[in-house]
Amino acid sequence: MSIFFSSVLAVTSISSFLVILILVIDLIINNYPNFDININNKKTIKVEGGKPLLFALKDKEIFIPSACGGRGSCGYCKVKVLNTSTPYLPTELPYLTDEEKKNNIRLSCQIKVKSNLNIEIPESLFSVHQYETKVLSLTDLTYDIKQVTLEIEKDQNIDFKSGQYIQFEVPPYKLTSETVYRAYSIASAPSDNKKIELEIRLVPNGICTTYVHQYLKVGDKVKINGPYGEFYLRPTDAEIIFIAGGSGMAPIKSILLDMKEKGINRKATYFFGAKTKKDLFLLDLMEDLMKAMPNFKFIPALSDLNADPDWQGERGLITDVVDKYILSGENKEAYLCGSPGMINACIGVLTKKGIPNEKIYYDKFA
Amino acid sequence: MNISSIAILFGSIITGNILLSYYLGMCSFLSISRELKSAIGLGVAVTFVMAITTPLNWIVYNIILVPLNITYLRFIVFIMVIAGIVQILEMIIERFSQTLYYSLGIFLPLITVNCAILGVNLFMIIRQYSFINSIFYGIGSGIGWLLAITLLAAIKQKISKNILPKGVEGAAISLIISGIMAIAFMGFSGIIPIN
Repeated sequence: MSIFFSSVLAVTSISSFLVILILVIDLIINNYPNFDININNKKTIKVEGGKPLLFALKDKEIFIPSACGGRGSCGYCKVKVLNTSTPYLPTELPYLTDEEKKNNIRLSCQIKVKSNLNIEIPESLFSVHQYETKVLSLTDLTYDIKQVTLEIEKDQNIDFKSGQYIQFEVPPYKLTSETVYRAYSIASAPSDNKKIELEIRLVPNGICTTYVHQYLKVGDKVKINGPYGEFYLRPTDAEIIFIAGGSGMAPIKSILLDMKEKGINRKATYFFGAKTKKDLFLLDLMEDLMKAMPNFKFIPALSDLNADPDWQGERGLITDVVDKYILSGENKEAYLCGSPGMINACIGVLTKKGIPNEKIYYDKFA
Repeated sequence: MNISSIAILFGSIITGNILLSYYLGMCSFLSISRELKSAIGLGVAVTFVMAITTPLNWIVYNIILVPLNITYLRFIVFIMVIAGIVQILEMIIERFSQTLYYSLGIFLPLITVNCAILGVNLFMIIRQYSFINSIFYGIGSGIGWLLAITLLAAIKQKISKNILPKGVEGAAISLIISGIMAIAFMGFSGIIPIN
């Protein structure tokens, strides 16, 4: 018995001594001074040292796009850093091309501010702001997708292009001990700059999705920042192919509503992939849009061949359906939104049809 | 300090080299020896950790574990102390030498599970060294490891431009080189017996 107690006591006291030692040394050593960051040779800001560049800039209300929230898995937060001693990290390399490396492009979530830096960012990022919003309504679109309507508070207005996304701030709660950010596409039309809609699908144990589905209530305050992204309708006269699955509906819905409001009547086909009938949503809206825009066609397809025997529409994988409907890729451009697997498969089909890669625009959920 | 401390110091560097006569700490020895600079960096880090952890673990063992009669915990306790020291070392290197930090990369945390370090700590117990001797033994083994990896890296750098038969490229030639080095070090045995 006594050997049991002395063992536990010894191991606990040695480990707690080590922990305290590490904490004390961490406090002394990782105590960086503030550093100056010079942006585009125009503006100099003072930031807290030792933090990743992405978060240091966020503290100063400069929002670099990041879909993964700084985990180094989306590769969006690229920034040109002119003078850093940090060599390229293994976590950055998969996202950088040789061209970008030559131009000193870095992933801002991976490099820490440990000296004064000169950086260059697109001017448009200065127009990214943080917005305080209030939850106006929460609607179930399907059993696992919720539509969240947020109203911008105070005198702020959000100006965005249809198809762009915002970042949703999740405060600490049961699943996270720190504030995290997750990107969601705006589903509403840009004409209403006081309100935005998001479509959020529940991911088991997803930090943000669980928060939205189980904790968020009407009237709650939510902070967002944005808008970001290059996923918007290009002003050409090419025929449009939209492909989406699940909550990938959101940016495409925004683009369609925008087209309707602006009276853009380009030929457009929208392929929407779902597993079964209960994964389909907003069918009424699509009907209305088809009536309002005679050149627009909505084609939902079910991938589960055995479900819903009464289903009259298309069946099969979305790639097969696209393959069947699109005969040639001439004078067409494509907009894809969904899981990386779906997007990669669809890019394969579309390039085979002759649509050049630079005419295929997509939003991957990382 | 007496004559046996000096003997232990030199013995652990040369005749009882932890790497070349006991073949401990091989994984980082083989993988970090491509470049002389990072090899010396890792060698210095290992020496530092050995020099600190060996006397520290001597204290922990003789002051805490032996009186409480719980020496069976020595493996877990030694590893804990080594891990803590490595963590501290990592923080210090990250703060003061970016180049060293990024060239050691993933191998810095791997020092924690470098068997040479645990091996030295356990040999010190088995051989019943005194506290003073354990300091010299820790430093000596570290320098021995540093010496071995530096030599291997230098030799590899020297032969890097030579054309090797396909079958012995990479790890194979490193093992052959370290085997020959071990034989050479065997030649020292008998000069200073270490026990």
